[in-house]
Amino acid sequence: MALALESLRSHRRGLSLGQQEAVIGWLFIAPAVIGFFLWTAGPMIASIWLAMSKWDLLTPPKFVGLKNFQRMLSDDLFWQSLRVTVYYCVTYVPLAMVVAFAIALLLNSARRGSALFRTLFYLPSIVPAVANAVMWQWIFNSEFGLLNAALRAIGLPKILWLQDPRFTMPAVVTMAIWGTGNLMVIYLAGLQGVPEQLYEAAEIDGAGTWARFWNVTIPMMSPVIFFNFVTLIIGAFQVFTVGYVMTAGGPANATLFYVLYLFRNAFQYFEIGYASALAWVLFVLILGLSLLIFRTYTRAVYEEGGGV
Amino acid sequence: MATVDVVATSRARGMEKTRGIRQTRLIKNIVVTVLLVAGGLLMATPFLWLVSSSLKAPAKIWLYPPQLIPNPVRWQNYPEALTVMPFHLFFANTLTIVVFDEIGILFTASLAAYSFARLRFRGRDVVFFMLLSTMMLPWAVTMIPRYIMFRQLGWINTFLPLIVPNYFGGGAFNIFLLRQFFRTIPYEISDAGRIDGCSEFAIYWRLVLPLARPALATVAIFTFLNAWNDFMGPLIYLTSPNKRTLSLGLAAFRDLYTTQWHYLMAASTVVIVPVIILFFAAQRYFVQGIAFTGLKG
Repeated sequence: MALALESLRSHRRGLSLGQQEAVIGWLFIAPAVIGFFLWTAGPMIASIWLAMSKWDLLTPPKFVGLKNFQRMLSDDLFWQSLRVTVYYCVTYVPLAMVVAFAIALLLNSARRGSALFRTLFYLPSIVPAVANAVMWQWIFNSEFGLLNAALRAIGLPKILWLQDPRFTMPAVVTMAIWGTGNLMVIYLAGLQGVPEQLYEAAEIDGAGTWARFWNVTIPMMSPVIFFNFVTLIIGAFQVFTVGYVMTAGGPANATLFYVLYLFRNAFQYFEIGYASALAWVLFVLILGLSLLIFRTYTRAVYEEGGGV
Repeated sequence: MATVDVVATSRARGMEKTRGIRQTRLIKNIVVTVLLVAGGLLMATPFLWLVSSSLKAPAKIWLYPPQLIPNPVRWQNYPEALTVMPFHLFFANTLTIVVFDEIGILFTASLAAYSFARLRFRGRDVVFFMLLSTMMLPWAVTMIPRYIMFRQLGWINTFLPLIVPNYFGGGAFNIFLLRQFFRTIPYEISDAGRIDGCSEFAIYWRLVLPLARPALATVAIFTFLNAWNDFMGPLIYLTSPNKRTLSLGLAAFRDLYTTQWHYLMAASTVVIVPVIILFFAAQRYFVQGIAFTGLKG
């Protein structure tokens, strides 16, 4: 029976039927392919041209070559926005990775009530960004916010979370860490996929908890860790809503995220050309970073002497 | 086996050892539970603070130490906050976008995914990887040209820029997720359909789609979340106040009522609650979806 069906299928793949299948196949993916050219490839090409022109949306665009890129070099706000974004990246990404991993480990070893805790840790990550920003703005309120009330209760001075440039980024990072529940769930699924026999084998070989963690858990989890790392970085480079809603880029541009600066150039200053150039720099940065991480990762796996 | 040996050679020592193991297990369990409870409380606190603040009388907002349980409970905050701005309109707008997004994404993404998973033709894998590569693309790069395109079409201040792109494949991520699922459905089902003379579309629509309900539910849920939470899109495209979505409306509300925290918290709660309800109603698809993307991405 199976054989008969198999032969039927291969017959279907034969000449005219195969062509028929190709036509149907292309028809089914047609919307996606058209969409790719309309919403991705087309805009990307257009954006190269835009990045090399000066345009305020009202008067006709003017070709200016690489002037927009030159302008960045001497644009303090560009460097500030880059600094802010990199600062956010290097604080938030490692912290989020470690915290989410730690929570996943805890949940994985919990006997009872893990479903309840999983829910509690996950929920913050689905809160709409604007509502989240408004809620945290109130928590960070310097006079009546919850956080300063807690500080005061243990005898610490109040902190001007959203007015003091030194504390705004830590506040933003704290809020972001609160919302990393989806990372935790990804880690948890990965942890549950590590075969129990590996732990048992390591235990028989005399490995303690710590040794098992470093020699079984971490290597087995490395694809998941890698995946999370790349997506986190790509996301961190594109943070926008917090900066726009909660801090408006301030104080003193301490939260002028790159995409926020890009947005302002495009939709508030109507510097379409300059904003497009900024977008391309962002694209190249993210692409370069992703490739770098990917190469380091594959090399690390290779040098360890085994694919995971 | 090992335990039996130990017991055989030195029963007393073996008992002691198991007791030791049990004890460390117990300690470990206690530590894990304590840490989880502490972490869980930390996670829940902002929510509790939000709801508590949303029910306080204006004067009680400015108290130290803060009232954790509002006294008196002021339910009035909700109707008052939601009527200073036309939140019912914002709700309807958001829902309109969500519904149209769902239709476009579920239909065109599953159609493409079906083709990638279950049909064979030249160029298929090249196109698939081409689409996948867009997942790594920062949306900021295409944002400006898209805006200009929609402006040229006269679609500014309509929902079209937020809806129409979703009718073209529904996003690489959704195609990928559905394709993985379609591949797990036995191919014999399609063969049976072919023997019965079904068209390929009928096989997709009547035989394969009904079996893919869990994956479709996952896609539907994430589509809802994305549309519900989206801020940048509505911010760029919707200019008149009565076209606002909930997120956009909430941001505007925040700009107007900067210090009316009881109202702001009530409005925020209303924006958050549907998402939480959705989570509890469909918890299993959430976890499936995230775990899936993490492991096989």
